[in-house]
Amino acid sequence: MDILYRVGQEQMNMELPDFNTGDTVKVHYTIREFEKPRIQIFQGIVIQKKGSGVNKTFTVRKISHGVSVERIFPLFSPLIQEIEIVRYGRVRRSKLFYLRKLRSKSTKVKRGKKPTPKNKVKNTDSEQKEA
Amino acid sequence: MLGIIGKKIGMTRLFTENGDSVAVTLIEAGPCTVTSHKTKEKDNYSALQLGFQEVPEKKLTKPLWGHFKKNNVSAFKIMKEFRVNEDVMNDYSPGAEIKVDIFKPKDKIHVTGISKGKGFAGVIKRHNFHGKTQTHGTHESFRGTGSIGMCATPSRVHRGKKMPGQYGNDKVTVRNLTVYKIDGERNLLMVRGAIPGHRNSIVMIQKTK
Repeated sequence: MDILYRVGQEQMNMELPDFNTGDTVKVHYTIREFEKPRIQIFQGIVIQKKGSGVNKTFTVRKISHGVSVERIFPLFSPLIQEIEIVRYGRVRRSKLFYLRKLRSKSTKVKRGKKPTPKNKVKNTDSEQKEA
Repeated sequence: MLGIIGKKIGMTRLFTENGDSVAVTLIEAGPCTVTSHKTKEKDNYSALQLGFQEVPEKKLTKPLWGHFKKNNVSAFKIMKEFRVNEDVMNDYSPGAEIKVDIFKPKDKIHVTGISKGKGFAGVIKRHNFHGKTQTHGTHESFRGTGSIGMCATPSRVHRGKKMPGQYGNDKVTVRNLTVYKIDGERNLLMVRGAIPGHRNSIVMIQKTK
């Protein structure tokens, strides 16, 4: 098959949970400030998932001390130690940019269900590899 | 300098152990076969002629097939010449194979290819002119060239004046790129950054001196 695709696949060897926009996640991210790397946790709502294959990224938004912070993580970055799903959200669009304009309570995303395996088809990368 | 012929596959990203993301271009480089020698005595310069992508005999014209038969090598679709010293040339006799392992990570290379064609382009796209102001009375000429020759002096257009014209589809060499990784099994060369041309285009990869 396509070599470009395979080279990307070789780097996608970590196990990540299946999460979607609207979910609240905790990202355990390695920070290398000084000699010893440490792990920082960034918790917030996933407002977008973007890209395909190894280039996939996701954006997490949180309110930190009254200031909204958005952070973009490459999904397959080796610096991501773990992605924990704190709360599933139920949203009706794939990009939640409307949250940026809202204030206080209205930014709350409805609690959703854990996606059933049937809905999980979106993450087909691993299946394609076998085919 | 010694080099290899390759096919551009495309760009992707590779993560390092530190978590840095490196943009690389994948090139399917070689294996190439030395098809003939150009010598100082006969051709006034010394070079290796390499062949890439084998083809059956019936695909070739008879004169070309005769050229391959003379050196007793199989037929190739693409041939390029690499100017090398005669010392280097002696290491590779006709029929010898050149593989991607002539490079190693962190080597500096020059990559030559045909850039993507952009058609007949204006001066803003082709020469990075600034364009004219969108207000203050400009009319009909927002992306134009402006004056090209003046009135009394010089009252002609200077040679080489930057003007609209064909842009792209040109032979371009990107110098001093860095080899990031090599995969001998799949004949893959991973180069940091971009190289000229579209996907599947043929590129020449040369060692720097």
